[in-house]
Amino acid sequence: MMDENLIYTKPDSLREKKTHYCPGCGHGIVHKLIGEVMDELDIREKTIVIAPVGCSVLIYDYLNCDGIEAAHGRAPAVATGVKRVHPESIVISYQGDGDLLAIGTGETIHAANRGENITVIFINNAIYGMTGGQMAPTTMPDQITKTTPYGRDVDNTGYPIRACEMINTLVAPVYIERTSIHDVKNIRKTKKAIKKALTNQKEGKGYSFVEVLSTCPTNWGVNPVTAAKWVETAMVPYYPLGVFREEKEKV
Amino acid sequence: MSKTVLMKGNEALAESAIRAGCTHYFGYPITPQNEIPAYMAKEMPGRGGCFLQAESEVAAINMVFGASGSGARTMTSTSSPGMSLKQEGLSYLAGAELPCVVVNMMRGGPGLGGIAGSQADYFQATRGGGNGDYRSIVLAPGNVQELADLTVDAFELADKYRMVVTILGDGYLGQMSEPVILPEPEKKASVKPWAVSGAKGREPNKVMSLRLSPEDYLEKHNIHLQELYRKVESCETRAEQYMTDDAQYIIVSYGTSSRIARKAVKKLREEGVKVGLFRPITLWPYPMKELHELSKKVKKVLTVEMSAGQMLEDVNIAVNGAAEVDFLGKMGGAVPESGEIMKIIKSYG
Repeated sequence: MMDENLIYTKPDSLREKKTHYCPGCGHGIVHKLIGEVMDELDIREKTIVIAPVGCSVLIYDYLNCDGIEAAHGRAPAVATGVKRVHPESIVISYQGDGDLLAIGTGETIHAANRGENITVIFINNAIYGMTGGQMAPTTMPDQITKTTPYGRDVDNTGYPIRACEMINTLVAPVYIERTSIHDVKNIRKTKKAIKKALTNQKEGKGYSFVEVLSTCPTNWGVNPVTAAKWVETAMVPYYPLGVFREEKEKV
Repeated sequence: MSKTVLMKGNEALAESAIRAGCTHYFGYPITPQNEIPAYMAKEMPGRGGCFLQAESEVAAINMVFGASGSGARTMTSTSSPGMSLKQEGLSYLAGAELPCVVVNMMRGGPGLGGIAGSQADYFQATRGGGNGDYRSIVLAPGNVQELADLTVDAFELADKYRMVVTILGDGYLGQMSEPVILPEPEKKASVKPWAVSGAKGREPNKVMSLRLSPEDYLEKHNIHLQELYRKVESCETRAEQYMTDDAQYIIVSYGTSSRIARKAVKKLREEGVKVGLFRPITLWPYPMKELHELSKKVKKVLTVEMSAGQMLEDVNIAVNGAAEVDFLGKMGGAVPESGEIMKIIKSYG
């Protein structure tokens, strides 16, 4: 009988749960990265995740920590309420593009502007997933969605919003980075960014924002491989990757 | 021994909330309730609490959602147009069974309306403006002392039933100064094992309103909520009866308008008219049985309110044909006058 050599395990911060996400969806990857970082920073028992409205509303079924579900777009406000009651906890506001940049723009800007000591993880996949593929504030010009059947007409619906750049105009945030999960190298960078953001919070430094360019093969109408390529070729040029802010702006 | 102090309604409410153990206040400025956030902003930091001016009414109620889900005694306050904006949050609070206190110092509407007191949000408060089958407990204080006392009760009821409790005042009550003995409630530790706090040494807690499997889950949850509401109806209904024992006519009125109705009753009694006042203190649950029983003994019921006739619908349900129901309503910040009420009552004889 051969000895088994266990070289890969699921982090304790993830639950045993069959995924409801579609093949090729980026949420599962990012959930796993968060779970790994929670293990590495030993914060599982003090983490409270704010679930948004969108495909990731069930994030509390995957992360093995306390969870509270916000109304659409209100996650940063709910996170604010939670953090003000439990300042020692680690609060993660996990949000999609419709949640964070359309219906919840006000909450996004003001939580960042107050420098709430929370971590916002923003999944930008350029489309509304749960409702079946409508235009998001981050939908690319000419991108076809259910509500832009002839392609997004920027003269009519405006241009995709760059969240990192917008938040980077504020004084209070301590860390702003945009990453992607379209290949292994970038997945590793994403994990590093999430770790940095959660470490900041653990150390009480303040508001951190990580935007992750992600995939939605189902609603984009492509296979997972093509979806990853589309992130690289269509999204990355418009949404440049990298660190926008590493410490609070001095005024 | 507590001493009597002269305080504005809004300030008495704020102080009573702190004394009732409210540690987290979130709000957005709107007239005529601005003394509440101002008082909280001044007092909370020095007394171990948190005051935060939110970017919107919507954000404020969702901060309340987060703080309540985290186990704190928390509140927000607003006036009518702001209350409209909070409806989404109220529905989510009800769905997740989160306790909190919400104050609406009503002003006239619709729309931006005016800043003078009104009672035109009765439907919104008692029927619910948010989506879904839910109820909120609605308390209607009639003077500054009762405003202070009911604030303490509001926090107790919210925690007891895990429900939203609305204190439904109006601009006049919030702005008027009256002598008040501030409550000194017993400090009770409120244990909330369902709240999020970090899953240390226990299974994770989930605070949510999403229940995706309708046949066995959302329906079950709704049945549970309705059972809870029936319990509140049977245990927490409150009303005051004033000079109703031998009354031939009764006036039904709450809050600010009931003060004027009470004056009319006193004056009419001096003239020998047998009239009494029935004053609901809980607007939901509404004192249906008490009003029905009373209406069987009288010739006529006059409803007086500062609206086009909103509580009137509950009065009609309660009376249910046992007596004739009449109505006097004032809108847009206007208040009824005692002479006007007296004239109507006298016309019945």
